[in-house]
Amino acid sequence: MTSVSVRDLSLNFGAVTVLDKLNLDIDHGEFLVLLGSSGCGKSTLLNCIAGLLDVSDGQIFIHDRNVTWEEPKDRGIGMVFQSYALYPQMTVERNLSFGLQVAKVPQAEIDKRVKRAAEILQIQPLLKRKPSELSGGQRQRVAIGRALVRDVDVFLFDEPLSNLDAKLRSELRVEIKRLHQSLKNTMIYVTHDQIEALTLADRIAVMKSGVIQQLADPMTIYNAPENLFVAGFIGSPSMNFFRGEVEAREGRNFVRVDGVAFDVSAYPARTKLQPGQKVVLGVRPEHVKVDEPGAGDAHQAMVDIEEPMGADNLLWLTLAGQSMSVRLAGQRRYPPGSTVRLSFDMGVASIFDADSEKRL
Amino acid sequence: MDDIASNGMVTAYDAASDRLKAGPRGAKPRRRLSRRNIIVYGTLIVVSLYYLLPLYVMIVTSLKGMPEIRVGNIFAPPLEITFEPWVKAWAEACTGLNCDGLSRGFWNSVRITVPSVIISIAVASVNGYALANWRFKGADLFFTILIVGAFIPYQVMIYPIVIVLREMGVYGTLTGLVIVHTIFGMPILTLLFRNYFAGLPEELFKAARVDGAGFWTIYFRIMLPMSLPIFVVAMILQVTGIWNDFLFGVVFTRPEYYPMTVQLNNIVNSVQGVKEYNVNMAATILTGLVPLTVYFVSGRLFVRGIAAGAVKG
Ligand SMILES: Nc1ncnc2c1ncn2[C@@H]1O[C@H](COP(=O)(O)OP(=O)(O)O)[C@@H](O)[C@H]1O
Ligand SMILES: [Mg+2]
Repeated sequence: MTSVSVRDLSLNFGAVTVLDKLNLDIDHGEFLVLLGSSGCGKSTLLNCIAGLLDVSDGQIFIHDRNVTWEEPKDRGIGMVFQSYALYPQMTVERNLSFGLQVAKVPQAEIDKRVKRAAEILQIQPLLKRKPSELSGGQRQRVAIGRALVRDVDVFLFDEPLSNLDAKLRSELRVEIKRLHQSLKNTMIYVTHDQIEALTLADRIAVMKSGVIQQLADPMTIYNAPENLFVAGFIGSPSMNFFRGEVEAREGRNFVRVDGVAFDVSAYPARTKLQPGQKVVLGVRPEHVKVDEPGAGDAHQAMVDIEEPMGADNLLWLTLAGQSMSVRLAGQRRYPPGSTVRLSFDMGVASIFDADSEKRL
Repeated sequence: MDDIASNGMVTAYDAASDRLKAGPRGAKPRRRLSRRNIIVYGTLIVVSLYYLLPLYVMIVTSLKGMPEIRVGNIFAPPLEITFEPWVKAWAEACTGLNCDGLSRGFWNSVRITVPSVIISIAVASVNGYALANWRFKGADLFFTILIVGAFIPYQVMIYPIVIVLREMGVYGTLTGLVIVHTIFGMPILTLLFRNYFAGLPEELFKAARVDGAGFWTIYFRIMLPMSLPIFVVAMILQVTGIWNDFLFGVVFTRPEYYPMTVQLNNIVNSVQGVKEYNVNMAATILTGLVPLTVYFVSGRLFVRGIAAGAVKG
C-alpha cells in the first residue's frame, strides 16, 4: 500500500527549474532516504510533500488522498528540521503542545500525548526548560517529539542530524531507527550523509540536480549502482574507476586500460560487452585482493601511502597509470614503496558505458 | 581574621615570585596607562565636553534670573538658583494671543505622538512580517513602491496631502496629522521589520505552519515574542522623529493644535518685549526632555533585548 505518492512533480523558482516531472512512490511503513549532495533539491522535494512550497505542476497523494493543494497541517505529516526550529520563547512542554493547542485538541488529550512522547524520547526531565537551556541532541529530541505528538503516519526529516557532532549523530541515528521500528510509520529522511542513508533506509533515492538517479535498497545501491554518479557517490573512499576499451581474446573479455588488461569474463554483464566499446570499470576498495595465492589475473602495483585504521588498512597505490585505493581487513602492514599483486573480484565489480554512463 | 589575611598575602607573594621564576603563566597583566589608552580616552573626553558644554550652558542659564544673565558670564554657575523661568516656560509664556506656555504644545504633542507611534508600528510590523514570510502575489512590487516612497522628498508631497486631507475632512485636525505621520513612517519601518523578520530562521516559520498556525497565530505567538529588540528600535525612531517634527506640525494643523516644537519656536522667536534667555533655555530643555527620556529608558531595554536575542534558541 502506498503511503506517499509523488506524480510528475515540477517546481521552479522563477526561471530556475529545481524539480522536473519527478515521480516517487513510498510504501506504508517504509523508511525512505533522499540522498544527494547539497543543492540537488532534496529539501525542495520534502517541502513540497509537506505543503510548505506551492508546486508548479504535478500531484501529491498521501494515503491515496490528493493533498496537492492542502495546507501542511491537513496532510497528516510531522516534520523535523536541521536547525531544530524550536520556538525559543516556549518551554519544551509548550513546544510539544503548541500544534495541538492551535488545533483545539482537548487539554486531557494534549497532556496524554505530550507525556507519551516525552517518555518515548526520554525527555521528561526537560519539559519545563527553554530550548536555550538544552544541548543540541536534546533539542533535536524535542523536535522529533513535536512530530510525535501530532499522531501522524508520515514523518519528514530534513537533515535532522547535520548540526550535531559525530558522537551524538550516531547515537540519535540509532534512536531514530528504533523509533521507526516501534512506530512502524512512514518516514522520509533527507540527508547528504551516505552512512546515515545506508544504515537507516529501507530504500534510498539517490538524487542529482533534481533527478532521482536510482531508487533501491541500500545493498543494491552499494553493490549494483545504476550509473557512474551513484557508483561514485556511495562508498568511502569512493570506487576506483578505470577508463578503457573492451577487448576479446581467446574467448575471454578484457578491459584494456593504459597497457594493462583486466580480465572481466567473470563480470555478470546485463548486455553483452562489445569489443572496441568504451567503458568504465569500477572496483570498490574493499573488493580488491592483495597477494592472493592462485589468483589468475593479478597486476603488480606499488604502495604509495598506507593509512592503518585499526580494524583495517587503507592502501593508496598506482596501477595502470592512475591512483587507486584498497581496503584490507586486518592489521598486516604494507610500507610505502613495497610492491603487491592486486586481483579484482569481478563478481562484485561494476562496468559502465563510457558515453551513457549506465551500468552494463 | 588577621592570620588568614596575612596568610593570603604570603601565598599571593609566593605565587608572584613563582610566576617570575617559571616564566609567563596565566592571564597577561595589563598596563592601564598605555599610549593607546591615553589617546582613546583623551579623544573621548574632548568629544564629550564638546557636546556637553552647550547643555551645561542651557541648564545654568535657565536657572538664573534675567539681571544675572545681563551682567554675568554665560559659563558662570547661577549665584542664586531660581525655577521661575521653568514655570514661566511651562505655563505662562506667550505665543500670539494665548499665554499658557508650552503646556498646551506638550499635550498636543502627546496626543499626536502616542497614536502615531502605536498605529505606525502595528501596521508596519504586520507589513514587514507579511513581506518577509508570506511572499504573496505582488509582494516585490509592493515592496519596491514602498522603498521608492522613502526617497521622495517630503516637500513634493505636502500640497497633494493637504488636498487629500481636506477632501477627507480632517485637514487641520490632530487626526489628520496622525494619519500623515503614520503614512510617512511606513516605508522605513516596514523595511526595518521586513529585514528583521527575514533574518529570523525560516525553519521556525515552517515548523509553525506544520503545527497548523495561521497568519495571525504565527505573528502573535511566534514572531512577536522574538522581536522585542526591533520593536524598541522602531519605537525610539518614531517617538523621536514624530516628537521632533516641525514641518508637518505647522503645515497640517491649526494653531490650537500646534505640537510642542512649533510652540517652542513661537516662544523663542517672539518679537514682543525683551528676549528672556532663561525662559527660552528652559523651554528648549523641556521640549527635548521626552526624546531624552525615551533614549535613557529604552536604551537599557534595547541592550537587554539584543542580549536576549543573541542567545539563539
Ligand atoms: N527560495 C528559493 N529561491 C530560489 N532558489 C531556491 C530557493 N530554495 C532553493 N533554491 C534552489 O533550489 C536548489 C535546491 O535547493 P534545496 O532543495 O534546498 O537543496 P538541498 O536540500 O538538496 O541541499 C538549489 O540550487 C537552491 O539554490
Ligand atoms: Mg537541504
